[in-house]
Amino acid sequence: MSVAFLPGVLQTLPQNADYVRILPEIVLSVFGMIVMVLEPLLDEKTGQKILGLIALAGALAGLAATWFMAQVPGVAFWNMIRVDGFSVFFHVLVIAIAAVVILSSYEYMAVQRIRAGEYYALILFGTVGVALMSSAVELVLIFIALEISSISSYVLAGFRRHEAASAESSLKYFLLGSFATAFFLYGVALMFGATGSTNIDLIAQALRAGPIPLLAFVAVALMFVGLGFKVAAAPFHIWTPDVYEGAPAPIVGFMSTAPKAAAFAVLLRVVFVINVHAIFWVIWIAAALSMTLGNVSAFVQDNVKRLLAYSSIAHAGYVLVAFAAAPQLGTSAVMFYTAAYAAMNLGAFAVVTHFANAGERYVTLEDYEGLGRSSPLLAATLTIFLLSLIGIPMTGGFFAKFYVFSAAVKANLIWLTIIGVLNSGVGAYYYLRIIVMMYMRESRKEIPVTPTPLALRVALAVCLVATLYLGLFPGRVLQYAQDSAQQLVPQTSPGVTSSAKVHTATETF
Amino acid sequence: MVPSYVPLSYYLLLSGFLFACGVVGFLIKRNIITIFMSIELMLNGVNLSFVAFAAHWHALAGQVFVFFVMVVAAAEAAVGLAIIIAVYRTRETLNVDQVNLLKL
Repeated sequence: MSVAFLPGVLQTLPQNADYVRILPEIVLSVFGMIVMVLEPLLDEKTGQKILGLIALAGALAGLAATWFMAQVPGVAFWNMIRVDGFSVFFHVLVIAIAAVVILSSYEYMAVQRIRAGEYYALILFGTVGVALMSSAVELVLIFIALEISSISSYVLAGFRRHEAASAESSLKYFLLGSFATAFFLYGVALMFGATGSTNIDLIAQALRAGPIPLLAFVAVALMFVGLGFKVAAAPFHIWTPDVYEGAPAPIVGFMSTAPKAAAFAVLLRVVFVINVHAIFWVIWIAAALSMTLGNVSAFVQDNVKRLLAYSSIAHAGYVLVAFAAAPQLGTSAVMFYTAAYAAMNLGAFAVVTHFANAGERYVTLEDYEGLGRSSPLLAATLTIFLLSLIGIPMTGGFFAKFYVFSAAVKANLIWLTIIGVLNSGVGAYYYLRIIVMMYMRESRKEIPVTPTPLALRVALAVCLVATLYLGLFPGRVLQYAQDSAQQLVPQTSPGVTSSAKVHTATETF
Repeated sequence: MVPSYVPLSYYLLLSGFLFACGVVGFLIKRNIITIFMSIELMLNGVNLSFVAFAAHWHALAGQVFVFFVMVVAAAEAAVGLAIIIAVYRTRETLNVDQVNLLKL
């Protein structure tokens, strides 16, 4: 009996290739643990540098592991994980983000005098969560990955815990974040009730088989609420400015790019693979609201971190425009946009981190007056990132917006495109305001200009090269995005017919 | 399996009611700990519907999911209470209306 039973057991055991398919996550977790274990053994002063280097090595090893992962596409662990072009793209993106954030944290750690061990470990663990989100195809796993990344960011947001503002930002993020997670979870429960499964592919099959039950619509809408919070889309954006203002600046760079990219990846799977097009109007409204509210509120901000927070809400809106478009074009546009946004936003936050100095003292627009004269190189770098955020040609931001809006036009979303383009014009104003402050005003305050350390220079160089590369040679990245979009949403799926319905719906609009 | 004398919809209504209680509590309560408890109530509402659906579909996955939710909720509670303590140390209050350093 037991002998006959054995082959069955062996068959259900995970294969070696399964572990390779989660190799980046394993590598990142191991390095995170090494950092945590080593921290008490090293003395505080020299330890910070060493821990930072180990964390950086971990992120680079994670990137290398992604290459191995990419060699074995397929599903792993009983269809819980799928490695395809799509998940490889997001793995590379979020792990690269983590590496840049670690680099730009070196100086910050020394200046703010916070203990480095947990900080770097939590960045690595958070990256595990976001990386897992992009390859998970099982709602259970997506939920757990979402929580791994969220809990790490809750702690990271409050890392300057003796500062009232930082603790408060962490509290707000935690309360509203768990509130949103509960909605996501309720959506998963109802989807399980509607289809009897929590696997995205099985759900898609079950829904394709017959008329889509009302329960499934409600479920996708609830999941959209939960994920909409993560990507800071209006009307679930209220937390963003507060959290971004109080959290440590390098962490804001992380939070506004990596979890966002991963949440968009999950949304892509939920919206396009499950393919419930009834939430088309929900996305339409959320996109229009995010763009408008984000840009209009950014107008009146004096704090640069708050300004960039509202700008990130607006950018979430632009990405959602692509979601409202057809699956094929929309997916590749979303992927390109998250990459370009990560490059330019991380760069902008790296400059803000350096400039804020000890205790994050210099973060208002006034402080940026005369920066063009006192440190021309830093100001020039920030200018390029801001121009990219506006969407000026030759920068990644331009092609990102271009692909999103051309996808929207091809899907006949004329009104949404008009709102988007108008908003880009409005948005240009407040980015240009910073540039004007830097170059055309005299500094009225004595602001110490510290030399930029090597680590920060490397971080800025990576962001700058990525921004310009995406702006000058977008072809390769876009081709890759289109190929993986093809894998994610096969053209022959019934999705095509339902998106055709969307066309007619918008034409009447 | 759900006994025939309690239909599925009863469970779902109860779980929806629990979830709604949590949402209302989250929105109207002012004490941070109570708000946190409301979130837990929402999660438990979700758990109930998972178990009910698991019985309905005869699928074990739903019940397993509940365990994961419980574990994650415990992890969240650990982090959340630590954050609440950090806030209390800097502000000496647990009223959300007084934790308003950052303008909303």
